[in-house]
Amino acid sequence: MSASTCSLCAFAKSSIGRKLIVALTGLALVLFLAGHLSGNLLIFAGRDAFNEYAHFLHTFLHGMGVWIARIGLLACFALHLVFTVLLTKENKAARTAYAREATVQAPKSSLIMIWSGLTILAFVVYHILHFTIRIDSELAELGKNDPWEMVILGFQDSIVVLFYIIAMTLLCSHLSHGVASIFQTLGLRTKKTASAIKFVSQAYAIIIYVGFLSIPIAIKLFGYGCDK
Amino acid sequence: MPLLNLNLKVWRQDNADSEGRIESYEAKEIPTSASFLEMIDIVNDRLIKDNKEPIHFDHDCREGICGMCSMTINGVPHSKEQGITTCQLHMRKFSDGETIWIEPFRANAFPVVKDLVTDRSSFDRIIQAGGYISARTGSAPDAHATPVPKADADAAFDAAACIGCGACVAACKNASAMLFVSAKASHLNHLPQGQVEKDSRTLAMVRQMDEEGFGNCTNQFECEAVCPKEISAEHIAKLNRDYLAATARETVS
Repeated sequence: MSASTCSLCAFAKSSIGRKLIVALTGLALVLFLAGHLSGNLLIFAGRDAFNEYAHFLHTFLHGMGVWIARIGLLACFALHLVFTVLLTKENKAARTAYAREATVQAPKSSLIMIWSGLTILAFVVYHILHFTIRIDSELAELGKNDPWEMVILGFQDSIVVLFYIIAMTLLCSHLSHGVASIFQTLGLRTKKTASAIKFVSQAYAIIIYVGFLSIPIAIKLFGYGCDK
Repeated sequence: MPLLNLNLKVWRQDNADSEGRIESYEAKEIPTSASFLEMIDIVNDRLIKDNKEPIHFDHDCREGICGMCSMTINGVPHSKEQGITTCQLHMRKFSDGETIWIEPFRANAFPVVKDLVTDRSSFDRIIQAGGYISARTGSAPDAHATPVPKADADAAFDAAACIGCGACVAACKNASAMLFVSAKASHLNHLPQGQVEKDSRTLAMVRQMDEEGFGNCTNQFECEAVCPKEISAEHIAKLNRDYLAATARETVS
């Protein structure tokens, strides 16, 4: 027993083990994004469809479903964050800088992962305050009865929309390197599949980017849902 | 023969404990047919004649197979030319009047000994931890005594091409040794002779790598881009896979 506990301890302390934790939690968050986006796009199916979906989320498993998902996501988010910060600190400490730095093929997105990640963290905190906890009392009132109207109203402010655009841009950058990295860290990437994995990763990042941004842009720029 | 006049910015460091600095040198009338190391030989000859300390650098075979030469040239280990070591780089790749930055391989696990010379014995300790097979010595077995599938033989051979120069570490923003360790593990893990110790080898080599203070791989594949033997980062994926399987088996047993 002690031997097996120890080998798992060693795994969680090793570079590969910690990267695997980052990859698996990242995978969970990537899959969550797909679900979140497909639900959100119901906004374009009209008020009733969207409100029905919101009602379903809050009553699924007698209201337990949404909490199970929230706790699971929070755990993944926290683990992903803690381990990436730990690994990044170690990486920065592993060498001194060259007087003349150069990169050969590393894409820009891969070099700013920690900064795109931390921006996403700030965004998620704001996003939850905005649409889940609803610090705005007007939105809070609507959120209970008419989530569709809440979203329309929530995207009337240009500053809010701008912040969403910035955050989604960095999320897109984060995903374009992150999704491909999941395959490599899980040991699924080979020479044959490398270009396919790169394509899937970038395509996924773009789908998430266009999908999520279509909502605030449709509302703010094209006045979707604003005519009463 | 055309001659080049170059400006060199070279890292000078007296010993492991002293602070290093970049110093400028003029390298005049360098023949384009000279190799990069011969260019430094010429500069050093002139420094010695002027009673100055020559630039110390590692070199041995000068034919691209020993893995001893180790310079970062304009920020890229072994220069931006692909698939070669520094000794195989020729001055015809540079133009007259160019400024060239020459620095040692940078990684805390590769401490600078002097100038451009680094101590890469952390690689040796990783090999000692598991980069071998335990075999009965004696006369060599017949070449066909142990059949090896062609695909495995090719993969093992590609990995075995690693000369352990350390360019992968020096190119990595995190000074990660994953390409080296994965090539050395993959070489043996692909072959029937390496199967007996596959798990213990994988675990021991990764543990030693972590202990030496190398950083963690962030999948940017700069290592693959600078490797003089063009070793693929797919070996890193295999190491991740083998390490995961070895941990699982160790946990269960």
